[in-house]
Amino acid sequence: MLPTSTLSSSAAPGSNSKPPHSHLELLELYRQMVLIRLFEEKCEELYQKGKIGGFMHLYIGQEAVGVGAVAARQPQDSVITGYRDHGIALAAGMTARVAMAEMLGRVTGCSKGKGGSMHLADINLKFWGGHAIVGAQIALAAGLAWADKFQRRDAATLCFFGDGATNISYFHEALNLAAVWQLPVVFICENNKYGMWTPIEKVSAVTEIRRKASAYAIPSDVADGMDLLDVRAKTAAALEHCRAGHGPYFLEVITYRFRGHSMGDQRAYRTPDEIRKWQAEDPIGKFEKVLLDAGVAPADIDKVDDDVKAVMADAVAFAEASPFPDDSEIWTNIYIEP
Amino acid sequence: MAGLSISKAIAQALAAEMERDSNVVVLGEEVAAFGGTYGATSGLLDRFGGERVRDTPISEGVIVGAAVGAAMNGLRPVAEIMGINFAFLAMDMIVNHAAKVHSMFGGQFRCPLVVRTTSGGGRQLAATHSQTVEHLFAHFPGLKVVAPATAADAKGLLKSAIRTDDPVMFVEQATMYSQRGEVPDDPDFLIPLGKSDVKRRGRHVTVVAYSKMVDISLKAAGELAKDGIECEVVDLRSLRPLDLDPVFESFKQTNRCVVVEESWRTYGVGSEVAARIYEECFDYVDAPVKRVAQKEVPLPYAGNLERAALPQVEDVVAAVKSVL
Repeated sequence: MLPTSTLSSSAAPGSNSKPPHSHLELLELYRQMVLIRLFEEKCEELYQKGKIGGFMHLYIGQEAVGVGAVAARQPQDSVITGYRDHGIALAAGMTARVAMAEMLGRVTGCSKGKGGSMHLADINLKFWGGHAIVGAQIALAAGLAWADKFQRRDAATLCFFGDGATNISYFHEALNLAAVWQLPVVFICENNKYGMWTPIEKVSAVTEIRRKASAYAIPSDVADGMDLLDVRAKTAAALEHCRAGHGPYFLEVITYRFRGHSMGDQRAYRTPDEIRKWQAEDPIGKFEKVLLDAGVAPADIDKVDDDVKAVMADAVAFAEASPFPDDSEIWTNIYIEP
Repeated sequence: MAGLSISKAIAQALAAEMERDSNVVVLGEEVAAFGGTYGATSGLLDRFGGERVRDTPISEGVIVGAAVGAAMNGLRPVAEIMGINFAFLAMDMIVNHAAKVHSMFGGQFRCPLVVRTTSGGGRQLAATHSQTVEHLFAHFPGLKVVAPATAADAKGLLKSAIRTDDPVMFVEQATMYSQRGEVPDDPDFLIPLGKSDVKRRGRHVTVVAYSKMVDISLKAAGELAKDGIECEVVDLRSLRPLDLDPVFESFKQTNRCVVVEESWRTYGVGSEVAARIYEECFDYVDAPVKRVAQKEVPLPYAGNLERAALPQVEDVVAAVKSVL
C-alpha cells in the first residue's frame, strides 16, 4: 500500500519521480512541510512544559530535505534515519497523532511509548526508525538494502544522516560494503554544517562531504536543501541509479537547522548573522513562492495552513487523551520467544 | 549417530537450516571461499551459492550492522565474527541494536539474527586474542547467549538459535573445534535454548560450568571419583536465558557448589550463580560457593604463563576438595 498520510486529501507523495506539475501535488508537498514545522513548534512548547521528556532534536529548517527526498520514493522503498527523525517520520506518512502520542510517551504512539522522540518508526510505512546511536542507521541501511536485493524486490533504501555521522566507522564500513556488494542505497547526508555544537571545519578533513563517497567509488551529487524540488529531483535520479542495478548513490544536501542541536541548546556557537542569512532561505517560504509562481491560489495555500493547524490541534488532543502504557508493559516485547 | 567434530557439527547445523529455510544466509570474514577460519562454514558456498554465503570486508561493525538490518527486513542471517575479541568492534550493534530493535520500537521489528563467534584462551595468542567474555553480552536483556560444550549440543543449539526470532550470540570455544562426539543425524534434532543439562550425576558436590570448562570439570570429576568423591556436573549451555533449576535441584542434595568459568572471577558467571544459590537455597548451604576462574590478569603469551592463568583440572579438583 502506498505510504500516504491519513491527513492527505490530495495526490500522495512518492507516486512518481517526475517534477510535480499539478497544484494538488504542490499543495501536498507544501502541506507536509508545514505539518512538520507546526508539529515541531508544538513539540518545543510541550517540551518546555515538561510534557515531552528525554533528548529532542528539531528538524526545523530542514523540512525540504525529508519531504523532497521521501516524495521521490516508491512505496516499496525503505526510509531510515538518525535521531533527528520527526520530519522524516511525518514525510514517510506517519500521522501527527501517532507521532505526537509517542512524543508524550503514550501507548498509542508508534513505538507504544517505548521509544520517544528519537525512536519513531512504522514498519508498515517502511520507515525503519529513528536510530539514536550516531551512524548506526547507515550500517542498518546496508542490511535493509541487502535483504531487498536478495529477495529481488526492486526496492531501494533512503538512508538519512548528518554531516557529523560521516566521521564515524559505521559510515565508512557501510559505504564500502554497499559499494562492494552493489547495494541499492541512497545515502543522503543532511549537511547542516554542525555536528552537535562544533562546526564541520573543525572535525572533518573534507567539508564537501560527497568527496568521502568517492573514496568508495560511489557516484554522488549535491542538492540545495532549501529547495524541495531540487532535493526531490536529485533523489529521484539517485533512486533510478539504484533501481537500474548500479549500486549505491550518495547525495549531499546542503541545509541548515534553524534551532539548536537539541533542546536547551543556547546556540552561542553560531552568529546571529549566519542564522538570519539561512532563515531568509526558509524552505517553506521559498516553496510557497514556487506555488504562487505556479499559479496556486493564495486561498488554497491559506486553507492548507488552516487544515494543518486543525490537524495539529487534533493530534495533541489525541495524544493527551491517550493513556500511558500500563506498568506491566515493561515486560513486553523483550523477547519474541522468551 | 556419528562421531563428529564440533566444527563439522556446526557446518551440519548451518547446512540443515539453510536447506530448511531459504532466508537463512551466512556472512562474515572468510566464511565463503575459505570455508571459515575454523572450517565451520566449509562446503556451504558450493552447496548454497554466493548470494547466501558471503565473504565480507574486515568490518565487524557493518558485518553485524548489515545482519541486523537484513534480519529486520526478512532474512535470517548467521554472521560470523572471527573472535569474540573483535566483537567489541561490533559491540554497539549487538547490544544497542540487535538486542533493542524489538523492544524499543514497541515490538514492530524482529531481529532473527545469530552472531557466531569464538571465545577462550589456550592458543598462545596473548592478551587481546584470548578473552572469554560472553558473560558481558549475557548482561543485556534482549539478547540470548549460548555456549555449547559438546558436538551434539553445538548442532542442536545452533539449529534452535537460527530458528528463534530473537537475536542470539552463539559462542564456540576456540580450542574445541576438533573435539569429537556423537551427534544425531536427524535434520530436526534440536536442543532448546535456555535449558541447562546435567552432564554427570553425583551426590557430593555440584559443579557448574559451561563451554570448555564442562570438559575440564568432567575430567576433574573423573579424578575425584577415584577418591570416592562424586560430582554432579551441570552444563549451563545458555548464559541468557539462564536456567538454574538443575543447579538448585542438585545443590539441595549436595549442599556444596563449585562454579568453573574460563573468564575472570570478578563480575562473572560464578558471581551470578553463587548469588542465585544464596538467594534460592540459603537453608541448604553447607559451605561457601567456590569459584574457579582465570587469574585476574591480561592473558600472557608464554605457554607456562598462559597455563598458570587459565583454570586447570587440578584447580577444580582442589576447589571441590575445599568445599567438602
